[in-house]
Order: sequence, then structure tokens, then C-alpha cells
Amino acid sequence: MSAPNKYPTESLKLWGKAKQLREQYYQNYATAKEKGGLRWSGSAWALDAVPAGLGDDVYSLTGEPYAAAVAHDRKFAKECMDAAESVGFARDLCSYMRIYWGGMHLDKYLYGGKFPKPDFIFQTQICCSHSKWYQHVAKVEQVPQFYVDVGVGPYKDMNKDRLDYVTNQLLDGIEFLEKSTGRKFDDEKFLKAVKNEMRSTSRWADICALNKAKPAPLDEKTMYSLYVLATLSKSSQWCADFYDELYDEVKDRVARGIAAVPNEKARMMSDTQPPWSFLKIFRYLETYGAVSIGSLYTFALEGIWEDKPDGSWGGRTLPWEKGIEMNTREQIARLYADWNLSKPQWQHFFDPRLKTEMMLRIVREWQVDGVMLHLNRGCEGLSMGIMENRGGIAKAGVPIMTFEGNMGDEREFDEVRTQARVDAFMEQLGLRRQAA
Amino acid sequence: MFATGAGRKQVAFATEGVTEMTAGAKGANYMFPMCRTVVDVGAEEGRGMKTDAEGKAVDFAGNEKCAAGAGSFAEAMSRALQMTLKEFGEASLKSDKSIPMNAQCTVFAESEVVSLIHSSTPKNDIAKAVLDAVASRVCAMVRRVGIEGEVVLIGGMVHNAGFVQSLKTAMGVDAVSLPDMPEYISALGCALIAAERQH
Repeated sequence: MSAPNKYPTESLKLWGKAKQLREQYYQNYATAKEKGGLRWSGSAWALDAVPAGLGDDVYSLTGEPYAAAVAHDRKFAKECMDAAESVGFARDLCSYMRIYWGGMHLDKYLYGGKFPKPDFIFQTQICCSHSKWYQHVAKVEQVPQFYVDVGVGPYKDMNKDRLDYVTNQLLDGIEFLEKSTGRKFDDEKFLKAVKNEMRSTSRWADICALNKAKPAPLDEKTMYSLYVLATLSKSSQWCADFYDELYDEVKDRVARGIAAVPNEKARMMSDTQPPWSFLKIFRYLETYGAVSIGSLYTFALEGIWEDKPDGSWGGRTLPWEKGIEMNTREQIARLYADWNLSKPQWQHFFDPRLKTEMMLRIVREWQVDGVMLHLNRGCEGLSMGIMENRGGIAKAGVPIMTFEGNMGDEREFDEVRTQARVDAFMEQLGLRRQAA
Repeated sequence: MFATGAGRKQVAFATEGVTEMTAGAKGANYMFPMCRTVVDVGAEEGRGMKTDAEGKAVDFAGNEKCAAGAGSFAEAMSRALQMTLKEFGEASLKSDKSIPMNAQCTVFAESEVVSLIHSSTPKNDIAKAVLDAVASRVCAMVRRVGIEGEVVLIGGMVHNAGFVQSLKTAMGVDAVSLPDMPEYISALGCALIAAERQH
């Protein structure tokens, strides 16, 4: 006999639209040249409002979400990684990077046809892979490249000099774009894109904050398909508008008590990118009545947060709502740099204790019962300090488990062993599998 | 009918399953009521559990896709030295040398053992080097959950006296409690849990 559900559930109405926007993004990149447009490549963390100043026909391919999409196609992912390894790259490098490189060397695009060549590289540097990744792309594709170094220390220690350092690089980046493309940079388009990005990233944080509700209106597996839009094009109008719509829908779910997991009994939090070709591990959790409400990764890879007056964590207030004006290119660049440097997911690169504090905050505010850390061999950046996080969270008395894997390279993930770990952790939490 | 172990889901006639972590903690605590730290090293996996006074596992850590922290590693190395496992453990106790092994992987460690053999390193010293390496890896896992109270070692490696000594040294503890029939402690724990759930 199946267990009775505690809460009503229903499909997300905007699910189809999210999928459509994602597919359109990849098609736009592939067909940009047919419309006389420009293509650029960089990471999901690239400050993409800057290239947007070149025009409305400028399309990006952000490497990490692209590689994650490839990872879901296990056969093609393996083909890409084999290709990268056959060029001579080591197997323990970033798996996203190897997948992207492999596709480029094979000249095969996940969405059909040849691997589209970018016109230029526009990239941020927060981890070593981010810069080396696109140096190799620029060398192979013989395209110009520009990098913004954002390694200026944690946001809590921000000062004028540090902000100047990043702001000035953005201004240099604009000159680079004009020289590289022969196009004139449009400050109005830049301003619009910056505003879009601020709207997108603040609104995504607001959406995640709604998941504090019990039952959780969203589960993390679903959130992956939604947060990804900001990793593709956070400075686009379509992304900002979509998140406004999504916020309304999720708010409505909370008001009506609609659950992502109808048998929610316990709330989990994960960490780092999941093993993309094994997302069913989240469905396995649900057989115990456990819902993963998100993670610092899902919330803050793109979400921009702030402390609210009541002490809670929520989406950062938009500058213009506080009366802050952006009239000149310099003002826009400075506020844009400041906005991005406050990104929570960048802070742990400077000190793992900052990440532990944020994770414990999520535990408290989202009423998390247990934490599952993915020791992700595929991403040295986000796994850096993760055992420090484990220690800090365990010390705070929060049940925690770890499992090893790789976001993009399935050869490093053991599904059966991971399920066994989950079984043990669920037993530790006093949960038993429920009949389907 | 309850089943435990890595193959518990294959036991068609079992009505419920309990993981090795939960069962091992329960069984060890039953045998040694002051036990708060359980080290379980069998052929395939090494793991550490922290348990409460009732024998409930409150934290655990284990090795992943790697045999270097498990009994199979010691077995492979004893084969390389052409010794039985019993001889291997006893040989280790006759050495007072501390030879660090750099490789963390069974495959590479075997190469190191071969190099040590070729450099005429006595077998006793090689055996100790291998068991020190296994103990070091196991100890690192156990430290993740913390070493508290009485430490109990379960699993087949209890039979390896050299490993027990290496583990004590690595953990910095004076004593590690060893049950009789250590391979069956998890089965005992599973039976205890089954009995509890009947009531």
C-alpha cells in the first residue's frame, strides 16, 4: 500500500517555457552568423552585461552549463572527454573544461552541426581553470581574448582600491571589445543589460528564499533547470522577465501549500554541482520523504543576496530602488563590479569559513535537517575547502554526509555506493523508505 | 527478515535492509557499551562511525572508489610479497622501521612494494610499511567523524595483528577493543535492530 501524501503537489506551469528558453539560447548561438550577429564564449560567471553593449545580436555560449548539458548525454560526454584526453590533457582537470575542449576538437556541437566558433573570449578569472580553459580555446580558434581578474578578496573587506581594480578592467574590456569587433560600444545597451542582470540575480535569490516555506515549493532537481537560465544569460531581458514570472508562480505555490515533494518529511541541502548524469539520486532521496531544498551552489552561483532588516537572507535590493543612479559608463561599471563581487559563491575562494557560515545560515533559515556534500572531483574551485566546510557543519551539530563523484565525468561516480551512503544517512536521520 | 551488507538488496527473502554503518555501530556498541567510535575495515571498504550510547550511528565516513583503505589492499600487497595474510600481519610486528609509502592507490603502491623488494628491503619492513599506509588512510577517515570514547575495530582486518598495531599508532590511542568473530558484528547489529523494530 502506498504511503499517503502529506501535501498537494502539481507541475510547475513555467517548466515548458524554461526549457524553450534554454533551447532557444543554444540555437541563437549556433545561428548567430546567419543573422550577421556576433558570438562570444566565456564562463557562466563572465560579466556578460559588458559584451551586451555591442548590440542586441550578440550571443554567448557559457561553458559550464553547456558542458553540464553534454554531461547529461553520457555517450557524447565520454566522446568529448576522450577527445580532450587524446590531445594530451589530464583526466583530473575540470570536467566541464575537458568536455568543452573535446567538443571543440571534435568540431561537434551538442545541438547539432559543427562546434560554433566564437568571435572573441570574454571571461572572468576566479579559479585557475577559468583562465586556462579559454586561453586554449583562443589559441585553437585563433580569436582575441579578454580576462577580468576578480580575485580581490572577500566582499566584506571591499574597499575603493579593490573596486577600482575590477571597475578599471571592465572599462578596459569595453575598449577591447570595440577594437576586436570594430563595433561601437553602446552605453545605453550596457546600462540596460546591467539592470537586467541585477533584476535576474536578485530575483533568483528571492525565488530561492521562498523555499524556506514548509513544504518546499521547489526541489533542487527542479531548481537546476531554472537557475540555469541565469548561467546562460543573466543580463538578458528574457531571463530577468522569466524570473519575475517564476517568482509569482512560486509565491502562489507557497500561498496554496503546494509541495515539490508531497511526502516531505525531512529537508536536505547539497553542495557543489551534482553529478549531472545521475540526478536521479535526488529522486532516490524522495523515496525517504527527503527533499533537497537547494544549496549555496544553487542559490548563489548566480543569486545575489543581502541581509534583510529582519536578519534573514534575501535578494539584494536593486540600486535604483535605493535612489542610486547610473548615469555614466564609469558609474555603471562600478556598480556592476560591486554587484558581482558580492556574489556569495565567490567568497569561499578566499576563505572556506565564509562558506561554512553561509551554509549554516541556510541550515537555520531553510530548516535543513541534513547536509549532503558532493566531493566533486570535477571542479577544484567549488570543492576547495569542502572538508573544512564538513568540519564546521559537523561541529555545529548538523548531520552531514559526503559522497565522491564528478559533475561531468561519470567514470568517477559510483551510483550504487552513493545510494548506500544515502541509505546510511537516511537511517542516521531516522528516515525509512516509503512505499512508492 | 532483515539483511545488511553491501549485497543486502539482493537478499530476495529479506523484508527490510539496514546499512553496514548502522548495523556495525549497533553491534559494536552492544559488545562494548562504552564504544563511541567504530572502525570497520573489511575486504572492500574501510569506514568510521561515531555512535551514541544507544549504538545509533550519528556520523560516518568511508572510502570511495579506492581499495587503499581496505583489506583488499593488504591482501594484494601480501600476494606481492608471496606471504599469507597471517604471515603478513605477523611479519609487520617484527619491524620497527617506518617506511613511508607515497602512493595512495593500490596499483601504484604495488609498484612501490616491488621497488622496495628490488632494493632488498626486508619483508618485515615492507609489511609494516603497507599496513601503516592502510592504517593511515583509515585513520584519516575516522578523524573526519572524530575519535571519542572507546574505539572498537570490527571487520576482517581484526585478524591482522600488524594492522591493529598500526591503527593504534596512527590513531594515537592506547587500546583498540577487538570483538570475537569481528566479521559478524554487523550481522549482530542488524539482528538487534530487527528485534527492536519487532517491539
